[in-house]
Amino acid sequence: MCLKNKINMNKIPKYRALPVFEGAVFALLLFVPLIADKFVISSLTVFLLLSMLAISFELCWGYTGILTFGQGFFFGIGGYVVAILMNKAQVINFYVLSAGAIGIGILLGLFFGAFLFLGKRVPTIIFIAIGTMTLSYLGERFFTGWAWVGAANGQTLWEVVEVFGVEFIPGVKAFYVVMFFLTIIYLLCRFVVRSQLGLVCSGLRQSEERLKFLGYQIQVPKLIIFTFAAAIASFAGGVFSLHEGFVGPTSLGFTFSAYAALYCLFGGSGTLIGAIIGTIAIEMARLYLSDINMIKHYWQIVLGAILIVVILFRPHGIVGLFVGTRERIGYFGFRGTRKLKVKADKYV
Amino acid sequence: MRIIEVQGVCKQFGTLCALNGVNLKIDHNKIYGLIGPNGSGKTTLMKAISGAHFPDKGTICFLGQDITCMNPHLRSQLGLSIKFQITSVFPELCVYDNLLIAKQAGESSWKLLWSRSKKALHEEILEIMECFHLQDRAYDRVSDLSHGEQQWLEISMATHDLLSNRELSQEQQAENSTPSPLKPRLLLLDEPTAGMSKEERKITGELLLKAKQNCAILIVEHDLDFIKDICDHIIVLSNGEVLDEGTPEEIESSNQVIEVYTSRV
Repeated sequence: MCLKNKINMNKIPKYRALPVFEGAVFALLLFVPLIADKFVISSLTVFLLLSMLAISFELCWGYTGILTFGQGFFFGIGGYVVAILMNKAQVINFYVLSAGAIGIGILLGLFFGAFLFLGKRVPTIIFIAIGTMTLSYLGERFFTGWAWVGAANGQTLWEVVEVFGVEFIPGVKAFYVVMFFLTIIYLLCRFVVRSQLGLVCSGLRQSEERLKFLGYQIQVPKLIIFTFAAAIASFAGGVFSLHEGFVGPTSLGFTFSAYAALYCLFGGSGTLIGAIIGTIAIEMARLYLSDINMIKHYWQIVLGAILIVVILFRPHGIVGLFVGTRERIGYFGFRGTRKLKVKADKYV
Repeated sequence: MRIIEVQGVCKQFGTLCALNGVNLKIDHNKIYGLIGPNGSGKTTLMKAISGAHFPDKGTICFLGQDITCMNPHLRSQLGLSIKFQITSVFPELCVYDNLLIAKQAGESSWKLLWSRSKKALHEEILEIMECFHLQDRAYDRVSDLSHGEQQWLEISMATHDLLSNRELSQEQQAENSTPSPLKPRLLLLDEPTAGMSKEERKITGELLLKAKQNCAILIVEHDLDFIKDICDHIIVLSNGEVLDEGTPEEIESSNQVIEVYTSRV
């Protein structure tokens, strides 16, 4: 047996930009409360919750190629479940409330995912986009007319819950609690997209047909990612409603789903950190542009123009300015070890 | 051993009859060439066998099992492997990752999530890359490869470990004598040497001759010299029907075949 592994494992390009970028963003966020006022901290907490929604969209679209406009629906449903548990069943335990939000996300994700993906024919991107868009629209209409959950007025969450022994009210403590959840979700998603399952997702995005002929039952990984993303969106929606003390039918609608897509495109599709950066950048711009007297009445047009310019000229968003395409996609293979090299050398 | 048996397969696209009662038998350890003028139904037949199209009539039996209306991923799991006419790889991924995605296809999503087979498949992937002279391009993006290299990559993804040099233990040999999931039993290669240089074609031919020791191969190719050199049996299609079949020598001297080819010139 002659095994000449001529491949020099040192040849694997080592990229550093993305981890540095990720570290810098998280580090910056950690220190924001030290310099910012309460209003900014409270706003940033909301942005971080919205960035969880953006990450859930990114998992579906940026990594797996599932163009979903249903993330807003799962986000709103999570909020409603928390509100109903609190107001109708008097549950104020955060862990039970978040388990309820995640549970409903998984259940509905599985149900609608099965409907979308498990048909006899492989669904087209348009079918999924229109299907999920309809889901968001119907969700909003349904909850607007449902008196038991407050109809168009939504529900107010009067109770304050405790998370890790801390009262979850807008402020520095709530910011760090949300930051903690975002970090956990980020690491979980990073683990998934860098795994061999992530490689399959990458293949799905590029050529579903080829995967089928390689022997993959492509519906399964799609359903897993869709359900996982639904659970994240639902959890984010639940915590969002606790933070804001309110949930209304608009949070289920298409608007939130479209914003999630916009956050990802602006930040940089194909990276998880891009979703966070995009969310914070757009929401900050909304916050401050609407405060400038000169453009007080036209700030939406200004923001729209900025978004169009960025998406047209930088299709890989803000992250694309610093991180190359090859690094965004990354390598999935085994990164050789001394053990393997020694073993190979023995046979030469 | 009979690998595949196609009986009376018909396929119609609107008013065009692409296949009209095609019969075909393919045996183990042989290379079959499928030739014919443009529009004779070669690619349609390949697609019917691989599952990209379902035939309107007729049956396809693979290793004794009726696969006529079976989904492509199930056919692949039975041991049917295809290289498409238009190169179909994952352009954004590197060569190594393309091979990894092909090699890990039989595993459950749970195992893939924990990346359990990455290490185990490493050596096999290195070996495949060496066979196909792709080792220097291992970490290059596929879209940066030449057309010939992309063709090689797709063939290597289809062949899996058919070209393996590794000596198997007795237990492994016993295991390999029965069909196992994702171990190709039939390779369908649609124009595998298109866009390749003369030298690359020669290497491809040598690799396919080596691969046939472990499977059967059906090749659609316009390069008749290549077909003549490596095939044991040639099938000629014309207007969706089998016009003639036999050894390369028999086909070369067949008046029917000469007539069809010259009438098109």
